[in-house]
Amino acid sequence: MSRYDWLLFLHLIGAFAAMGSVVVFSVLLASGGRVAAPELTFLGRRLWDVGGMLTLIFGIWLALDLDQYDFFDGWILLALALWAIAGAAGIRLGLAFDGEEPPSPGSVNPLYAVMAISVTALLVVMIYKPGV
Amino acid sequence: MNFAIVRPDDWNFPLLLHVLGAMVFTALLAALAVILVVSLRAGSDRRDALLLSFRVFSVGIVPSYLLMRITAEWILSKENADEDAAWITIGFIATDLGLLVLIVVGVLLGISVRRLKKDREPGRLARPAMVLTMLLIATYAVALWAMTTKPA
Repeated sequence: MSRYDWLLFLHLIGAFAAMGSVVVFSVLLASGGRVAAPELTFLGRRLWDVGGMLTLIFGIWLALDLDQYDFFDGWILLALALWAIAGAAGIRLGLAFDGEEPPSPGSVNPLYAVMAISVTALLVVMIYKPGV
Repeated sequence: MNFAIVRPDDWNFPLLLHVLGAMVFTALLAALAVILVVSLRAGSDRRDALLLSFRVFSVGIVPSYLLMRITAEWILSKENADEDAAWITIGFIATDLGLLVLIVVGVLLGISVRRLKKDREPGRLARPAMVLTMLLIATYAVALWAMTTKPA
């Protein structure tokens, strides 16, 4: 396996974990946070931590490692902006579910929407690479 | 230049759907495994956890599996890749043998929920369902490695 293969694999593991976190929070919201909430919250938050870290570290490494990409390419900067927005929303969503009481839908639905839209947009940007 | 870096534009949409389907599918498997662990505990959560696990399976896992599998054929037809390549073989084994395991998980969950709805004890079927779900997650991690690195 080449270095590129390893970097891409670890970057994708991160992407699967990040989207996985969105999906786990979807299950939590769909179930009203009544069933297995502490366990699903734990899973969602850890997936978000791992996904956020791996996508960022190995995404930047890939951008620096490959001659075809420049760190300041528009699609990479767009991805970094989306990552920051998703990261902030995801962390706050995880904290909201981690409280003693189940969070009110009014407080978590907007955070979930921002997180889900940002992560999906990130996936679209990664695949279409606009401007390349 | 690596193959994965530059690809024809008309591959992007099926690839997007394939990756999205795979991401949702594996994440729901992880959520299912966690919910089944909760369902193994004695207590009031048990019934709700089993019902939720069946809902996650039928409403989420089955459709996302279909999305992943159908779009895999779509992207494969566009790529014109050698179908005997190791990474494609690994992908087929993971999804097609995985489907058989998935059916067994669905049957185990279905029997458990049916017993619950008849006010009977659900039995111990959630445990093998949980083990098989974890086996599926490990299988799809290998498939992700194969899809990414495309071993010869």
